[in-house]
Amino acid sequence: MEKLIQLTLSGVANGAIFGLVALGFVLIYKSSDVINFAQGEFLLIGAYLTYMTVQQIGLWWPLGVVVAVLLAAAVGVLIEQLILRPLIGEPAISVIMVTIGLSSLLRAIVGAIWGVTPRAAPQFLPRETVTILGASVGVDKLWAIALALILFALLTLFFRRSSEGIAMRAVADDQQAALSMGISVKRVWAVAWAIAAVTAAVGGILLMSIFGGVSGQIARVGLLVFPVVILGGLDSIPGAILGGLIIGLLQSYAGGYLPPELGMGEVMPFIILLLILLIRPYGLFGQTIIERV
Amino acid sequence: MLALNNIEVIYNDVILVLKGLSLEVPEGRIVALLGSNGAGKSTTLKAISGLLKPENGEVTDGEVRFLDQPIHKKDAAEIVRMGIFQVMEGRRVFEHLTVEENLRAGAYIRGTRSLAQDLELVYSYFPRLKERRAQTAGFLSGGEQQMLAIGRALMAHPKLIMLDEPSLGLAPLLVEEIFRIIKRINQEQRTTILLVEQNARLALDAADHAYIMENGRIVLDGAPAALKDNADVREFYLGLNEVGGRKSYRDVKHYKRRKRWLS
Repeated sequence: MEKLIQLTLSGVANGAIFGLVALGFVLIYKSSDVINFAQGEFLLIGAYLTYMTVQQIGLWWPLGVVVAVLLAAAVGVLIEQLILRPLIGEPAISVIMVTIGLSSLLRAIVGAIWGVTPRAAPQFLPRETVTILGASVGVDKLWAIALALILFALLTLFFRRSSEGIAMRAVADDQQAALSMGISVKRVWAVAWAIAAVTAAVGGILLMSIFGGVSGQIARVGLLVFPVVILGGLDSIPGAILGGLIIGLLQSYAGGYLPPELGMGEVMPFIILLLILLIRPYGLFGQTIIERV
Repeated sequence: MLALNNIEVIYNDVILVLKGLSLEVPEGRIVALLGSNGAGKSTTLKAISGLLKPENGEVTDGEVRFLDQPIHKKDAAEIVRMGIFQVMEGRRVFEHLTVEENLRAGAYIRGTRSLAQDLELVYSYFPRLKERRAQTAGFLSGGEQQMLAIGRALMAHPKLIMLDEPSLGLAPLLVEEIFRIIKRINQEQRTTILLVEQNARLALDAADHAYIMENGRIVLDGAPAALKDNADVREFYLGLNEVGGRKSYRDVKHYKRRKRWLS
């Protein structure tokens, strides 16, 4: 029983982080049809920027995190303006190649600035454990869950209530119609990239705190974005969040209950990915439009 | 208020769609633009609203003037801000947004200024939208979607609304209701209306002035009453014979009238 609770909570914590990263991916895909293979690198950027502001510059950590998140947003907008914008109207495959290249480029830049050896991270989430129903659970995991939930709630509010959020959903629905009412599609794309960078950066910061260190490993979590979005549906925001939780839980259970020498925790998300592609290629909540990429 | 002088539109650098088209829309009026499929009616509207660019179209000659300013070089967002709002063909509501969110999207250029008042105004014209304000727009009926599309235009406080086939795919009773509301909007809000239609009878009844276009040119224009008496219009747009009765298909083979205007 304790094991179940422990695995569930750590699964939910990881899943919430996957959901955050996937959310950014979905947002970019929905608003501009770009499949962003560099989404995982935003995790890395968020984590290293926080490492820089908190550890190297020595800011008070909440301030450091805010500065790092804002910088990540700026990086997102910059990438959209400089790299993706000139590609408007190019075939989807070129855009995909560019984002794959972008992911290597970003990793290399991070490596060039901060080196490739893992570093101890600033620890700002409390590290003690609490006992819930007999299972001891790290408080940092609970924090990760809470912060992810707050971010989800804020984003939901943004999309439902603010003009800018409604405009973004309008562009995702029908770009030309949105254009016809004076909504600036370019601005919506910039906002989408900024939000994608921010959610991923927050995910990276949470992961850094949970791992207790920063290294290139963090970007590998970005790979899990694909099982998550394909499970949830490429164009569904609730799908990204739910998909994240499901993948997180399955990964945690598979790692905890199946023999560790099989390494099922690592593999499980991709088995799901294959199954979903075979059975329901548009995901749980995706629109059933056939698109050739 | 709006004037098109000899405009020429080319798609993809090769396809000439508008071949020197001129028309004028005076302030406060309803002007109808009639024509068969492929005549270039929608292209004309897009040339005005700046929506040609995403489709690889371009105004290559002539000019579009609105309130005495050339606008054919401006982009769509600027033109909307100047007060021209195009209601696109096929309604194009945002299907995954609710009715109210659709209306808010229409008010994008105004932000949240007078939002509640504007919503009430739209709901006063279309009470049915108020009943369905929280419903997802994709699940509305065709008529309700058309009402939403027009309501969305009202939210932006435009000086000129361009309606692209508001009757498309709607039941006759609904079409009449929508046309009544369009006339009311024109009279009560003093909004100028440029109406593109295939349903010539309805459009001629609603309009103050009408243009007929074919093959990218205006071939005939005048007051609706005069056009209704024109033998060609009667034959080709209203389906009536010279006596005024409905044309029977039995006669079609014997004598096919040729159009007297040359296109």
